[in-house]
Amino acid sequence: MSAPKEYLPQQRFKRSFNYARFRVRVNNSINGFVSSMVEGFTSFVFDLGDLIRFGSFAITSFFRPPFRFPELFQHMEFIGNKSVGIICLTGLFTGMALTYQIYLGFKIVNATSLVGPTVALGITRELGPVLTGLIVAARAGGAMAARLASMRVTEQIDALEVMAVEPVQYLVSPRIVGAVLVMPLLTGIFDFLALGGSYLLGINVLGMDAALFLDRTELWLQPSHIFEGLFKSAVFGLFFAVICTHRGFHTKGGAEGVGSATNRGVVMSMVMIIILDFFLTNMIDAFYKIIGAGGGLR
Amino acid sequence: MTTEDYSKMESAIEVTDLKRTFDGKDFVINGMNLKIPKGKITVIIGYSGTGKSVLLKHILGLFKPTSGSIKVLGDEITELGPEQLAKLRHKYGMLFQYAALFDDMTAVENVMFPLREHRRDLNRDQMLEIAYERLKESGLDEKHFQKLPSELSGGMRKRVGLARALALGPEILVYDEPTTGLDPILTEMVDNLIFSTHNLKKGTTSLVVSHDLHAALRIGDYLAMLNNGKVLLFGTPEDFLNTDIDLVKRFVSKGVHRK
Repeated sequence: MSAPKEYLPQQRFKRSFNYARFRVRVNNSINGFVSSMVEGFTSFVFDLGDLIRFGSFAITSFFRPPFRFPELFQHMEFIGNKSVGIICLTGLFTGMALTYQIYLGFKIVNATSLVGPTVALGITRELGPVLTGLIVAARAGGAMAARLASMRVTEQIDALEVMAVEPVQYLVSPRIVGAVLVMPLLTGIFDFLALGGSYLLGINVLGMDAALFLDRTELWLQPSHIFEGLFKSAVFGLFFAVICTHRGFHTKGGAEGVGSATNRGVVMSMVMIIILDFFLTNMIDAFYKIIGAGGGLR
Repeated sequence: MTTEDYSKMESAIEVTDLKRTFDGKDFVINGMNLKIPKGKITVIIGYSGTGKSVLLKHILGLFKPTSGSIKVLGDEITELGPEQLAKLRHKYGMLFQYAALFDDMTAVENVMFPLREHRRDLNRDQMLEIAYERLKESGLDEKHFQKLPSELSGGMRKRVGLARALALGPEILVYDEPTTGLDPILTEMVDNLIFSTHNLKKGTTSLVVSHDLHAALRIGDYLAMLNNGKVLLFGTPEDFLNTDIDLVKRFVSKGVHRK
């Protein structure tokens, strides 16, 4: 009886390699990849269509009787008033951190007098609306998605329908309109606190000249820059409220569905805010160029 | 119950040749014909997945049928628009499986909710008065009126749910699996509640969807057993106890367990 033959690793590979099977596997994985891409794209288009239909129905429903003003104020209080603390804290420290970083950079080229306006422009046009959007989407958007999802799985939404109450008008419309109205106010608070923090750090800690700081900021910062940020924040409010309410409203399954709806709503809202910010910035820029306004930075 | 008795019966809800498919192939409801008698308690029973809940959603107008007709108090609901459907729903009161109370409202606010939405002619005191009355009728102790649903037991929640269903004085009361998941004592309490409410609100049609056969035999004036998307047997409790249909006999003898 002869001993089993020993093979080198390369020989073992050659012996076990089956080209036909390999081709079938490659073809299957390519087919699988392509079909999953197509499936993913189709479901994205359907999802997007459903989201647009849902959002537009919710917004138009708000302007039809019975009007939901008590619910609107209740949600504005929840989205706005209860977010003020966290917005103040984040705004103050963002302003200070940004000031310090810009100061370090500008000091090299001896341009510390431009720290004030640079921070002011960065905060009012970009960081203010974007960070406010992200924070409120995480806090209030997540709560919206979780609340509606839990109402769905416990049949409270069905109960509304059976009681002849339009659930989208009662539950979703005031949340969306509330978010759109409250977001610019929160962004205004963020901007104010961030610029306050910047001033405090710049003047009291970094030893910058207060008069120069204020004078340069006043010179460069135009009202249109502030309005641009406020407008952006209202759009972010619209998007995160529609996305989160849509996810919550169409939840399936039990407790797992609630968690998944909340998670997907918040993640999608945050990603959308960042992507949308880029396009909105360009659109606003183009708009100002067309009307020939917008201050010295256009 | 003879065929003649059945055809002469005055119905609150009449389902004719109802069909419903979700995927275009399998029919969850497959040519169903059913009459729900006016002013009586009818219990719809059947194994899980026989189309009880789907039928209920059609009767409530939450689903549109693939084909067929559903008449509720003489109105063909498959042809109604959203506004007319909303008006028709004022005639319904529904107790959900887990009561479906709004968890940010107290018991009394839950009962006031349909009044706030549909009886804008009433002031707050009048609404409160009606809500208190309905809660008392449902047997809830007054000390629980201002509690949130999370502070109430399962039985108390059912009572509040029933009070809410009764708030607008409905002509048809619908109970969706009212005793599922409850212990025997609570089950009996809910059965008695359905029975006493029906007797209190004379002329109200009660429709109970359940797979609790014992409760069905105890409270139902009529029973309808569904199988494969059709009505297998409609009749009185006696008809169910004396039937020759094998599947019904098995259901009666073994409760809800499959073979």
